[in-house]
Amino acid sequence: MESLYIEYLPIAIFIAFAFGLAILFALSSWLIGKQLPDSEKLSPYECGFEPFEDARIQFDVRFYLVAILFIIFDLEVAFLFPWAVSLSNIGILGFISMMIFLFLLTIGFVYEWKKGALEWD
Amino acid sequence: MLDIINYDAFLFLITIFAKILVLVIPLLIIVAFLTYAERKVIAAVQLRKGPNVVGPFGLLQPLADGLKLFSKESIFPTVANKFIFILAPMVAFGLSIAAWAVIPVADGWVISNINVGILYLFAISSLSVYGIIMAGWASNSKYAFMGALRSAAQMVSYEVSIGLVIVTVLVCVGSLNLGKIVYAQQNTWFIFPLFPMFIVFFISALAETNRAPFDLPEDESSLVGGYFTEYSSMLFAMFFLGEYAAMIMMSGMTTILFLGGWLAPFDIALLNKVPGIIWFAGKTSLILFLFLWVRATFPRFRYDQLMRIGWKVFLPLSLLWVVLTSGFLIVFDLLPGNV
Repeated sequence: MESLYIEYLPIAIFIAFAFGLAILFALSSWLIGKQLPDSEKLSPYECGFEPFEDARIQFDVRFYLVAILFIIFDLEVAFLFPWAVSLSNIGILGFISMMIFLFLLTIGFVYEWKKGALEWD
Repeated sequence: MLDIINYDAFLFLITIFAKILVLVIPLLIIVAFLTYAERKVIAAVQLRKGPNVVGPFGLLQPLADGLKLFSKESIFPTVANKFIFILAPMVAFGLSIAAWAVIPVADGWVISNINVGILYLFAISSLSVYGIIMAGWASNSKYAFMGALRSAAQMVSYEVSIGLVIVTVLVCVGSLNLGKIVYAQQNTWFIFPLFPMFIVFFISALAETNRAPFDLPEDESSLVGGYFTEYSSMLFAMFFLGEYAAMIMMSGMTTILFLGGWLAPFDIALLNKVPGIIWFAGKTSLILFLFLWVRATFPRFRYDQLMRIGWKVFLPLSLLWVVLTSGFLIVFDLLPGNV
């Protein structure tokens, strides 16, 4: 418990310090800079005409697909981390079970590929 | 008794603060001068002079740029979600600084030498997507929104291959501690046995930090400024600082994973006398120079090409390499035993 405190307290302080610095930067610049807002300046950027429609438009479903694929593979990576560290303890059995898992995952990946989930045209 | 404990705790806190200042202040200065170095390197590649007016050799240029941005007006668009709009650059900047808490710049020179250092780095670099998504959504501008979407999809795609490359290194080390990863390279730097993974890691790092040739999120010819189109003044500068700090962090990570961190290139007494920080800084600068060189040399990728490389080349390749490396180590009984 003591060592946990000694190891992680500096990180907590560091993160707090980093965000404190960010707040300090933003606040001091806002106080120092001259603020002269007008309605044109505060409208969303558009080149040469009034912005029309809402900016929250429909977008390509592929972005969702990428997000879903990312979750699958990132979970796999998270699963591989402890496996990689303890590989010398779990030996050949651990290795083979992970290979079976990766094989099943690869089947899914090949299916996605053939279905065209990875195509952007 | 109580007084002694309080005194110790006080001393502990003061030490932490001193360490943080000693790390963060040089880091911010390096970030400032990296922008200068970038302009000079690109200028040299294009046979120009680059900044040379402000101060000797233009060395005060980053200071002048910083002061200018600092004193500019902060614009908050009326249609933006104010709170998230202000929070986004803080997240981007804060996270890219926070990652440095676990990076050992020399033997024992680290804020906190935790056992799961590489996992912490991985987590922080995953979180940095949030700053961009928040900026794009809160700005309520089409360009910012499209830029954020592209950026998020690109970052998560390349994160998978970065994760798998890290796993490959971990199999060879048997620990998540960054110091142990460096010490495992005392005989051979991992760049030699794992050279293809070094290439994959470096290119993924380019994509992860939205650097050229993968700077599609800030593709000025189609998206104006990408996710920070609507930002001005220091809020804009914080995205900028965050991006450069992340670049240095990625270079530092490459150094630790593949180039032996603070270790001297050869185990000779004379080279070992040189402080570790010099080796670390030298190797990191080399990788940073590669970042700048690539930006000056290569044209921007098309988005479909970018996604194709990420998912169809790097992902299968790095997954294959995990299997091959672990299989090789198992078969020849070379696994690191000190778990």
